[in-house]
Amino acid sequence: MTTPSIWAATAMIACVVLSSTVGEVLTAAAMKSIGDLDDIRAHSGIKGAIRAVVTCPLFFAGVSFLALAFFALLFALNHLNLSLVAPASASLTLVTNAIAGKIFLKENVDSRRWTAAILVCIGVYFLAH
Amino acid sequence: MPHPWRSFIAARGGNLEPKPSNRHPIPTRMIHHNLSPRQYMILGLVALCAPLGDSCLSRGMTTLPAISLTHPGALIAAVFTPWIALGIALLIGFFASYLTALSWADLTFVLPATAFGNVIVALFARFWLHEAISLERWAGIALITVGVGFVAQGPSLTERPSPAAASLPAAEVEEAQPR
Repeated sequence: MTTPSIWAATAMIACVVLSSTVGEVLTAAAMKSIGDLDDIRAHSGIKGAIRAVVTCPLFFAGVSFLALAFFALLFALNHLNLSLVAPASASLTLVTNAIAGKIFLKENVDSRRWTAAILVCIGVYFLAH
Repeated sequence: MPHPWRSFIAARGGNLEPKPSNRHPIPTRMIHHNLSPRQYMILGLVALCAPLGDSCLSRGMTTLPAISLTHPGALIAAVFTPWIALGIALLIGFFASYLTALSWADLTFVLPATAFGNVIVALFARFWLHEAISLERWAGIALITVGVGFVAQGPSLTERPSPAAASLPAAEVEEAQPR
């Protein structure tokens, strides 16, 4: 296996992180638009809750991007070492999700959440080494 | 008849954070988490099912002979082996719990709060499988634990007013604020 250049490695990890972030944000937006699943299940049963999820187009958009992220991860693992891809993608996704959550989902990402995201990000990096 | 959102603001002393701006005209505020034991259980399932499911898939796939793309049928057959079937069941449980958690908590709360699963898997590897854990990994465990503690003590959801409340004139919202 030839070692890809640093740019190719960066591009592969960036694809994983971007597609994963888009998928997570779309899925979160879909679940917020559906409402509390516990309430829906209490009123309409488990079938009603499943129906509410599977009839939401945003949910399928999110799942499509998550599937894309999975295949991008498989592709990256085919060319790069697991010890690089797994911690890099897991840590960076936490930070990009915090940024995307603030911008697109209008979540109130306060200093506590930023600190937690960065601590967990560094922690995952250490743990995977 | 006063609008419910106006009453809500008045009852809370009219303290809206962050303050409405031109960029974000709809006021949002953080709801301090008051998660029920069931909701904690769902967060726990998210944290546990994903790493355990991945571990089962990894264990199942390593015990199988190498699968070539020229024989894709072997991949289908792999799905019915016990470890891989268990891994898939755990990942289905993870996704269902994850979707439920996202329906009542922010994405930026759920992701760090459920990262504790990485720590559980590392501790599981240390004390059950007797694997060695380096100083670097212990540092990682400590950082994740502190990070999860930080986010778990904070609010779980950014509350937004209903569309009807959002359409209230700014003057009416100001009216509800204390003098």
